[in-house]
Amino acid sequence: MPLLTRLAEKNRTTVTFTLDGRAVQALEGDTVLTAVLTQGARLRRSEFSDQPRAGFCMMGACQDCWITTAEHGRVRACSTFIAPGMVVSTESTEGRS
Amino acid sequence: MSLARAPIEPVIIGAGPAGIRAAQTLVQAGLRPVVLDESLRAGGQIYRQPPAGFTRSKQTLYGTEHKKADALHRTMDALAARIDYRAGALVWNADQASLEVIQNGTMTSVPYTHLILATGATDRVLPFQGWTTPGVFTLGGSQVALKYQGCGIGSRVVFLGTGPLLYLVAYQYRKAGADVAAVLDTSTHADGLAGLAGMLRAPSLLAKGLYYMGWLRAHGVPLHKYVRPVSVQGGAQVSALTYRLRGHDTVHSIACDAVGYGLGLRSETQLASLLGCAFDFNSQDRAWLPRRDAAGRTSVSGVYAAGDGAGIAGADAAELAGERAALALLADAQLPSDARRAATLDNRLLANARVRTALERAFPFPADWAADLNDDVMLCRCEEITAGTVRQAARELGAHEMNRLKALTRVGMGRCQGRMCAAGATEVLAHALHQRCDAVGRIRSQPPVKPIPISVVHADQQKVSL
Repeated sequence: MPLLTRLAEKNRTTVTFTLDGRAVQALEGDTVLTAVLTQGARLRRSEFSDQPRAGFCMMGACQDCWITTAEHGRVRACSTFIAPGMVVSTESTEGRS
Repeated sequence: MSLARAPIEPVIIGAGPAGIRAAQTLVQAGLRPVVLDESLRAGGQIYRQPPAGFTRSKQTLYGTEHKKADALHRTMDALAARIDYRAGALVWNADQASLEVIQNGTMTSVPYTHLILATGATDRVLPFQGWTTPGVFTLGGSQVALKYQGCGIGSRVVFLGTGPLLYLVAYQYRKAGADVAAVLDTSTHADGLAGLAGMLRAPSLLAKGLYYMGWLRAHGVPLHKYVRPVSVQGGAQVSALTYRLRGHDTVHSIACDAVGYGLGLRSETQLASLLGCAFDFNSQDRAWLPRRDAAGRTSVSGVYAAGDGAGIAGADAAELAGERAALALLADAQLPSDARRAATLDNRLLANARVRTALERAFPFPADWAADLNDDVMLCRCEEITAGTVRQAARELGAHEMNRLKALTRVGMGRCQGRMCAAGATEVLAHALHQRCDAVGRIRSQPPVKPIPISVVHADQQKVSL
């Protein structure tokens, strides 16, 4: 089930991106975190325990919301905007580089 | 021209209430500060602006504080041509003369002669069972989701923790149409009464707090005090929160799909630490803070600290402190500085500090937390280190202070650099050693203070590997 619920600002242009191989829609101005967590309940899996993670502080401090994109590699989902055609994967357990 | 003074190159880190007022004050004195903002638009966290194209009014976004938000945003807009504002600029290292900055994937060095740290704060958190489950976010994060993205963190949300933000965010969520399942406060009615006398000095703040509580009750939201969380239920995502009341064993459960959580705020002090500023333990914040005088001067000449990044005092105090630090900078640089204005600011900051003390009494830090924490609770989210590992290091490996603990267990060494675990690790280590939490020291910061991309382009266009 999606984690985030849209409560306001719903009349924005839609943006199509690829999430785990599936074409899905977000809204212009969504962060990658919002775009992904309005579809599902995970951003990545922990490299240690394989447990799902979905961010925590939403302000760039906790570093919990890293996610893998084809375009930019690992990005901080709370402070990166979704873009049309972006390819995003929540399957990665990629550790530190 | 040979008599000309060396040029002043002031840099401000952060563009929240403190950074904006500091910039304005320096511009009024004829300087052109560089303002490095990790966000893409000025405002900081409390007055964070949504992305372009969002349409809610400032009244909707900032409630009773909308005029202050608007004034700060307008101030920053008016300063645009007279400052060097760099949005999305992460300062990852700092020394006595320059800052290492990444902006748009490009690395640059920013020299300075004077530096104002206005780095703000994030939620203070302590670990509990299941707190890494998807759907648990900080209170500040819950507010960012709503303000910055128009989203709730779930469709049925429990707010847990303590502090003014607890009731404010619950109110904002319920008002935006979210189902708020409960507000669970770790503080007690006695705490509220203890803080009341001091809060009477700030009647509007008190009135706002009481209004949010009353409004939530009137809208059927259960409010409980004396709460200690037991665990978050659900593996892939939150399905319930269990809790008990302090001093009681009965475990209660509330079905929910999200938890907004925070125990007050913690100052963002990594850069002050890298710069070699002296730190003192502050018992009110229960944290190590850069030592500073009333004007914001740190122990390092030319380095100033203002706003919540220097000690938790709130947004109004941050505006005053930002301006005050800028006046100190001007005086130290032997430029005209308004001493009468400085004295006025000092008085207002003192009055504000008394209110802050009262707030801390009303919503105290739950100092008993570590004693009740099970060994299997994950304490460090980044490296997944448990409370039991910390206790073992304390008892068997000689971890007698935080840096030794870090070396032995990796607590505080992960991507967040201790931002989310240091408070918990300090409490658990001190408790295991039967010491006060100020006796186990603080984690010294290391560069980079935040992770930097795997490969970035240096300003001279050569790709560098890190």
